[in-house]
Amino acid sequence: MITTDIGIIGAGPAGLFAVFEAGLLKMHCHLIDSLPQVGGQLSEIYPQKPIYDIPGYPTVNAQQLADKLMEQTAPFHPGFTLGERVETLQKLADGTWLISTSEGTEINCKVVVIAGGLGCFEPRKPEVDRLAEFEGKGVSYAVRNPEQFRGRHVVLAGGGDSALDWSIFLADIAERVTLVHRGDTFRGSPDAAEKVFELAKIGKIDLYLKTRVVSLDGAGHLEALCLVGPEGQSIINAEHFVPLFGLSPKLGPIENWGLAIDKSAIEVNTTDYSTNIEGIYAIGDINIYPGKLKLILCGFHEAALMAQSAFKYVYPDQRLTFKYTTVYGITELQQ
Amino acid sequence: MINFIVESHDGQHIPISVPEGISLNLMEVLKASDYDILATCGGMALCATCMVQVLKGGQQLASALDQELDMLDRMPASDDKSRLSCQIAVNEQLEGCVFKIAG
Repeated sequence: MITTDIGIIGAGPAGLFAVFEAGLLKMHCHLIDSLPQVGGQLSEIYPQKPIYDIPGYPTVNAQQLADKLMEQTAPFHPGFTLGERVETLQKLADGTWLISTSEGTEINCKVVVIAGGLGCFEPRKPEVDRLAEFEGKGVSYAVRNPEQFRGRHVVLAGGGDSALDWSIFLADIAERVTLVHRGDTFRGSPDAAEKVFELAKIGKIDLYLKTRVVSLDGAGHLEALCLVGPEGQSIINAEHFVPLFGLSPKLGPIENWGLAIDKSAIEVNTTDYSTNIEGIYAIGDINIYPGKLKLILCGFHEAALMAQSAFKYVYPDQRLTFKYTTVYGITELQQ
Repeated sequence: MINFIVESHDGQHIPISVPEGISLNLMEVLKASDYDILATCGGMALCATCMVQVLKGGQQLASALDQELDMLDRMPASDDKSRLSCQIAVNEQLEGCVFKIAG
């Protein structure tokens, strides 16, 4: 079990800056994020987009900002649990919190900070009959281990770059690759599309255009898919189906923790961004209060006020005196 | 005024009037009119939570750019009538159009 002062759910800009603000007050942090990398929306949704409203940076690329924030947190040695979704939050008898993730990782902390942005990014699921029944039994929403498809027939669905890229990659591994796309063009990634059309021409990929997967069949494990295209209905046999329709943000398990929630956001007290549950704070895009603006710079401000308030749970016997970094510098935190 | 229609989930046609020269996109107008759309990415054509069907007048709108087309290609349930409302500028081209909020 991981033990820390503050467990931060979400490693986007607000969560990362919270590490800095907490570190100044000698509080250790551990960040958990469902994405495999830090940076939240900055890295996942718009890494190459410029941001113009970070004070002191007339323009900064989103990924660059995430990298700079990581650099800024470095002296405070935060811990990271990435690629795991927080599932449960439990208050222990000694007043501390136990955070548990989808992979069974446990984090014990004195304070919980929810900096979950839009929520967890979950795969968009198409409307396919019996889809849920075969999840984990042939249906997956990401290609985690390409080797599992060696010698198998895999059907991919989607028209974005990940559907194209994986079709090309798996064409050399799987026994057979079928790509199903509801349109007849791939407008986002012309180079990858050209390669897919070439592979289809030489018979390495079966390409079904203007076609949808409508239902699945099998006894226990996926065995067949029913497609509907311009020539009507057809059945193809395959052991694997990977719908690749991108990710969409969902609030997820946070909804069930007893927090006051308004329109998928957590209500907070703007004095310190505390929630209705003692010891739990919410900062960044995930919170809501009168006048809320979903801006990174507002998340930074919220992180600073949160840290000042959270100090009382981590060091209940100490009095907090406010200090400027310009006067006192930054003291590295012992790991 | 620019006048267009939004079809509600139960099939009702609700007229919306917006002054000319307003610097807003359709997603912003729909949100301001209290329609239940998330628009989580804030208008960057990245989340597709503001998707609409253009039931009438699609051909009079400015064509979708690559990024919007890529996102629409990625959606499991979109067709030739689908657009991201955040990518539709509200101007005279919307006169008489009928939109339906997807989902």
